[in-house]
Amino acid sequence: MPPVSGAAAGADERSEGVWHAAWSRFKKDRVGMVCLVIVVAFLLLISLSAMGLVAKNWQTEVGLPNAPPTFMGPAPKQTVTAIAVPTGPNVDISAIDPLAPRYAEWAEKAKQYSTTEAKRADTLPFGGDRLGRDVLAKAIKGTEISVFVGVAAALVATLIGTLLGAASGFFGGKVGDFLEWLYNVFEAIPGILLIFAFAAVLGRGIDTVVIILGLTGWTGIYRQVRAEFMKHRSREYVRAAEAIGASISSRMFRHILPNISHVILVRMGLLVVGFIKAEVILSYLALGVSIDQVSWGTMLSEAQAELILGHWWQLAAATAFMAVFVTAFSLMADALRDALDPKLRGLE
Amino acid sequence: MTADMTANKQMVDGTASPSTLLSIQDLRVDFRMGKQNGVVQRAQAVGREGRGISFDVPANTTVALVGESGSGKSVTAMSVLNLLPDNAERHGQVLWRGKNLLQATRPELLALRGREIACVFQDPMTSLNPVFTVGNQLVESLRKHLGMSGRVALEKAESLLHEVGMPEPKRRLGAYPHELSGGQQQRVMMAMALACEPKLLIADEPTTALDVTIQRQVLELIATLQQKHHMSVLFISHDLGVVGEIADHVVVMRHGELREKGPVARIFSAPQDQYTQALLACRPSLEGNPARLMVIDDHIAQQGRDAATAAAALADPAATAAAPANGQTERPPTVKVAKPKDPSAPVVLSVTALHKSFWIKKGIFSKREFKAVQDVNFQLRRGHTLGVVGESGSGKTTMGLTLVRLYEPTSGEVIFDGKNLHTLSERERQAVRRRIQIVFQNPYASLNPRFTIGETLVEPMTIHKIGQDLAEREARARAMLAKVGLDGRAFGKYPHEFSGGQRQRIAIARCLTLEPEVLVLDEAVSALDVSVQAQVLNLLKDLQDELGLAYVFISHDLAVVRFISDEVLVMQDGVVVEQADTQTILVAPRQDYTKRLLSAVPRGWRPEAA
Repeated sequence: MPPVSGAAAGADERSEGVWHAAWSRFKKDRVGMVCLVIVVAFLLLISLSAMGLVAKNWQTEVGLPNAPPTFMGPAPKQTVTAIAVPTGPNVDISAIDPLAPRYAEWAEKAKQYSTTEAKRADTLPFGGDRLGRDVLAKAIKGTEISVFVGVAAALVATLIGTLLGAASGFFGGKVGDFLEWLYNVFEAIPGILLIFAFAAVLGRGIDTVVIILGLTGWTGIYRQVRAEFMKHRSREYVRAAEAIGASISSRMFRHILPNISHVILVRMGLLVVGFIKAEVILSYLALGVSIDQVSWGTMLSEAQAELILGHWWQLAAATAFMAVFVTAFSLMADALRDALDPKLRGLE
Repeated sequence: MTADMTANKQMVDGTASPSTLLSIQDLRVDFRMGKQNGVVQRAQAVGREGRGISFDVPANTTVALVGESGSGKSVTAMSVLNLLPDNAERHGQVLWRGKNLLQATRPELLALRGREIACVFQDPMTSLNPVFTVGNQLVESLRKHLGMSGRVALEKAESLLHEVGMPEPKRRLGAYPHELSGGQQQRVMMAMALACEPKLLIADEPTTALDVTIQRQVLELIATLQQKHHMSVLFISHDLGVVGEIADHVVVMRHGELREKGPVARIFSAPQDQYTQALLACRPSLEGNPARLMVIDDHIAQQGRDAATAAAALADPAATAAAPANGQTERPPTVKVAKPKDPSAPVVLSVTALHKSFWIKKGIFSKREFKAVQDVNFQLRRGHTLGVVGESGSGKTTMGLTLVRLYEPTSGEVIFDGKNLHTLSERERQAVRRRIQIVFQNPYASLNPRFTIGETLVEPMTIHKIGQDLAEREARARAMLAKVGLDGRAFGKYPHEFSGGQRQRIAIARCLTLEPEVLVLDEAVSALDVSVQAQVLNLLKDLQDELGLAYVFISHDLAVVRFISDEVLVMQDGVVVEQADTQTILVAPRQDYTKRLLSAVPRGWRPEAA
């Protein structure tokens, strides 16, 4: 046996762990990096908007109704084609009008107030909606809500799916049978119907959307985590942990979970994308966020009526934001999958 | 191919076979490993520093390619038919009857594959398609390559199965691969390979996944077929014992380099290369029982010392008197006699009538009892080793796992330190668990890949509250690493940075942190290369001497069991068929099964056999 000299505490460099290795692989993926930058930019925007630094006054009607984007110039003045105001004196009905004696008094009172009609802008950077609200501000605020809903719902679904999947895969037997039955019940009902059922019961609002999507979306991740746990449960390193006396929860969450975390992470990335789209559909169908909030879905829903009148900018803004974010996010999840599982990479 | 070139080669090889079938000349194989800073990274699999490997396969002979894992032997063989992955780059020449196969087009290679050069791989289960019957798969290749009609092909398939010694060949044609045993599957693979009467059979570790007795049958089959069909065999193996029995020529490889080649008799009787000598020395054998096994580095170092001593003796005759004594003490103690075991040492583990059954579902409601372990009795004394031998499916691993309570025994008593493990409460069981530990077969699977070595070693101490705080536990972990011969730098590394032997040391260190009294070693050295196996076996012996550990050593390899055990249990189908001390079992086995096991152990090349 060779003599050991390096046992001193100084010789303790910790090697590159799995996550470090994955990160250095990820850094080499150019598409992945670009997407990461985009996603981070979106997240920055979202946090700014959440802190109220950006798009705080999205509800103020700053422009004319349906103000076109700046680059298109103001909308042509439309000739007013109202009924001609009749000339000649008004008909005196004071004899039969019970309020007539007080008109003078009210006119006097009204003089104390001065109303100034705010100057409404003819054009807005990205146009205005039917109330004259800035579409760009709406889109930013909508991003905040939609992404928050997507991420939060994905977290809820991942948590449920992982816990149930871990229990089902690790214990098997009766527990596994019961959870499989539960899974089958959820899977047997068409997804959109289930969402409607939950939405109808719980009403509108961000929190309900998160709960709805979380409660209906855990099945895929449950199935995958279950399979992984079944596979790992009888692996020798888990057996070895059992032999040294590691408890069940330690084996489940300290030993197995880190070894399958990449599966969960990638799956969660896909869920985020899916839930953002699901939120849009829900809001479009008026089952999503409440009316005093804005999300990409509500914008699209409003855009439907506007489009007939030729006001395309709200649709364009919502679509562009969503398309860029969702595409960047899925590509990033893809790159992450490749980085975490180097075996899948094609060898160049 | 020119006749004089062949003659030249044979002059060099010192053999006299009529013609060279396959000639590999200066072969190098690199694998592209992706780009780094725009430069393509390559890993050299075969050949080093621009020098490739060269050897010939003459007609009607068996050439064995021997080496440890990572030596490039399989890559060499696979490069003949270009069965390598797409990122492989081959250089040099592979001449098949004078034609360079490295430049052959795809159709040309396809015509060769199966027809003239056939392959048999290590794992027969994964080589056969599980959804088709054996007959289907045989007939398909016959129709494709030989253009036979359905009925003729079926008859041919039956005769092929008959030829490879399959019992009831007609019935087996309709069998699916999972219905056959491992040996039978390998026979089917051989039948398939033989279908087109190939000139060369490439057999890549064809017996490694099989039990010793089955291995013996398959080896005999290969030898018979080689004789009968006058074909050549390129036999790849890590096991010199197997190679010595079957090969005419041996090519020894290490780290992608060719170390030595020559006729089998010369390689075994007068090996020239240090590595070959070391390989031959470090394998435990059924004859002679050294206290320690040679390991390759020891052997090479000792050679160096011997040479130095000789040189010193030449230079200064006066020093020779002192030299032998020095050499003797410095040498790895191959001559050291085994430390005698104390026959009256206290019994630590006593097992009486241990049974373990599994319930197999049959239909929807009924289930069938499968008796995996039946009526095992033994007593294990402190500092002693019990060897458990048997083929796969004999219940030896189940028995081991039941001992450490990874399985609940169905009935029977396991008395450890006066307490029956079966009836202990959960808390008491946890305390006992610390004192009986297990080392698993596969060092690549038994360490958590996401834990550093430090975390792996500290965890058991944290669970059992050994040591005051983290600092003390870490210090103990480092001491354990030192004890198993790894240095402190290993502490912060991850398992994938270590070789198989090192990982097995780490697994042993993890067990030792709990200060166990009994260690169950479940095929603990079976997955390791011979040289590494020797190191780990030596380590186990040292630890036993030092700490007075008792081992339950489970293995299919009788030579290894002989090296380490005091008493041996022979198991077959869950039943202990023979139980005696090691010498008795080896010298005078009573049961037929034990005799069969013993005779199946490959013994390498023996002068009387040649």
